[in-house]
Amino acid sequence: MNVKWQQLGSIFLTFLKMGPFTFGGGYALIPAIEREIVDKRKWLSSREVADMITVSGSVPGAVAVNSATFIGYRIAGVGGALAALLGIFLPTFALMIGLSLVYLHIKDNPKVEAAFLSIRATVVALIAYAAIKIGKSAIVDFTTGALGAIACLLLLGGIHPIWLVAFGALAGIGVVKLRTLRGKKTKLEEEEPVYDYMI
Amino acid sequence: MLIELFLTFFMVGTVSFGGGYAMIPLIQEEVLNRYHWMEASQLADIVAVAGMSPGPIAANIAVAVGYHQAGIFGAIVASLAIILPSLILILAAGKLFFRFRDNALVKSSFFGLRPTVAGMIIYAAIVFAQHSGMTTDFNWFTWSQILIFAGSLGALVFLRKHPISVVLISGLVGIALYG
Repeated sequence: MNVKWQQLGSIFLTFLKMGPFTFGGGYALIPAIEREIVDKRKWLSSREVADMITVSGSVPGAVAVNSATFIGYRIAGVGGALAALLGIFLPTFALMIGLSLVYLHIKDNPKVEAAFLSIRATVVALIAYAAIKIGKSAIVDFTTGALGAIACLLLLGGIHPIWLVAFGALAGIGVVKLRTLRGKKTKLEEEEPVYDYMI
Repeated sequence: MLIELFLTFFMVGTVSFGGGYAMIPLIQEEVLNRYHWMEASQLADIVAVAGMSPGPIAANIAVAVGYHQAGIFGAIVASLAIILPSLILILAAGKLFFRFRDNALVKSSFFGLRPTVAGMIIYAAIVFAQHSGMTTDFNWFTWSQILIFAGSLGALVFLRKHPISVVLISGLVGIALYG
């Protein structure tokens, strides 16, 4: 029992230390995970970790959170998953609370108001940049371009965004089926899409 | 309020494919249009702060929105809500994921999901642009906003600047221009 708790403790601490590395986003975590989990602690093999991170990128949720949970689970079951999750999330949580406090405290200052007036335009650029990055790997031909445009138009038309997720998945299945029927092949994935810090 | 917070971010967590920015339209819809928790400009500020701090952007937004609405307790509830779907999925499916991932149906649904997500992100940008004063009358303020937008985008795309430095510099520009 004691050994078990000790292991959970070290899983927690390992992921707690990695928290700051998620600065570069989910995928920036990979080298840190490799170093800690594979080289130092020898909990899992490099191959296993790579597979788990890939899978974590294709289920809902943030890659960093998913891979931590998955790796913790593989090492020590449900307890390990919870320990890793808590470890990876606590630093971000604390920092966000701190930043929110600061923001609430200073937002009525005229200088800060002026700064945020400009930052709001920058936020639009940040989001546009995210769209460009994901668009590069997602929009590969006319059909995918049309899908992206339709999605945007549907939202502008007032459709609830949650339907768009279902729409995208069904449209993908439909398009690939249709193309297969007509004897065309669809290149589903060339390489792993890299979303960078945006996950 | 706490239940609404939980439901909102649980939904966001469940469908958050393709990175946090894709979830901004959903957050906009729930936070601004459905529950009227805050102004669009405030949500834009939260997105800026969330994009500057480490960690997943959607989770950061959840923490900040929860905190604004119901203090530390709200932040905890919103975080739990956004994390729970990943936890449930991974605990429930475990090793199954490896098989599930190579499924042709799953692959083709992602083929459609990715461009859809790109479209959703563009929409999120449009919503915030409309509220930032970039699309109002053509006065000097509008032009300055468009210039700040273009400059920020250029710094991100061509100069490959990190979002933190872009946001900080933009803040200084704002103080110089509007302060």
